[in-house]
Amino acid sequence: MSHRLDPLLVAAGGFVGAILRYGVDAVLPGVGGTLAVNVLGSFALGALLTVVTRPRVRVLLGTGLLSSFTTYSTFAVQTAALGPTWGLANVGANYALGFVAAVVGLSVGGRLR
Amino acid sequence: MTPLTELATLPTPVLVGLGGTLGALSRYAVDTALSGGHRSTLAVNVLGSFALGALVAAPVSTAAATLFGTGFCGAFTTFSSFAVGVAEDATNGDGRRAVRYAVGTLLAALGGVAVGGGLVGILA
Repeated sequence: MSHRLDPLLVAAGGFVGAILRYGVDAVLPGVGGTLAVNVLGSFALGALLTVVTRPRVRVLLGTGLLSSFTTYSTFAVQTAALGPTWGLANVGANYALGFVAAVVGLSVGGRLR
Repeated sequence: MTPLTELATLPTPVLVGLGGTLGALSRYAVDTALSGGHRSTLAVNVLGSFALGALVAAPVSTAAATLFGTGFCGAFTTFSSFAVGVAEDATNGDGRRAVRYAVGTLLAALGGVAVGGGLVGILA
């Protein structure tokens, strides 16, 4: 159920999530940084959604922070720029590690609950 | 000074954060309009990939690229919601839906990047 405070929580989470992503990219520029945020964020979102039941915390940290921390557009643009061989490798890495991270997050979260 | 040159004087992390705020709010708006789920995530990821594809092909300033690219497009699109969606489909025994969602998003987003860049090439 949505709440009138939700946009504020999304905005605050989005602000922090984007800056954190920028921080990771500063340490690990390019495809490595994008892979890192996507894998880390997928794990964290999986865990969050199974552990946290309070709707406002889910909106702040899930819809706001973690969704902004991870990015599909940067991944897609980097993949296109890499060309067929390395592009395919980049898709393989983000997809395989991202999906596994999400599954592990969901399962770890299920055990903690 | 135009608003954008004033923005350029802001520290880079603040520009990223401002763009991120607008991107997250826009994603939330799409989510609300399409009532969530795979369709909403697909829509933001394809739209955002199109926009970023256009932006990287356009002759924009570093500040604009930071605000709209790293900030807005980065936050408007999401990999985590997408990956958790695929994982939930797969663990719920709906492997075909998971594959369709994963491959469909990839092809549509890469198409978006190409169309965005191509449009800028034609217009510039």
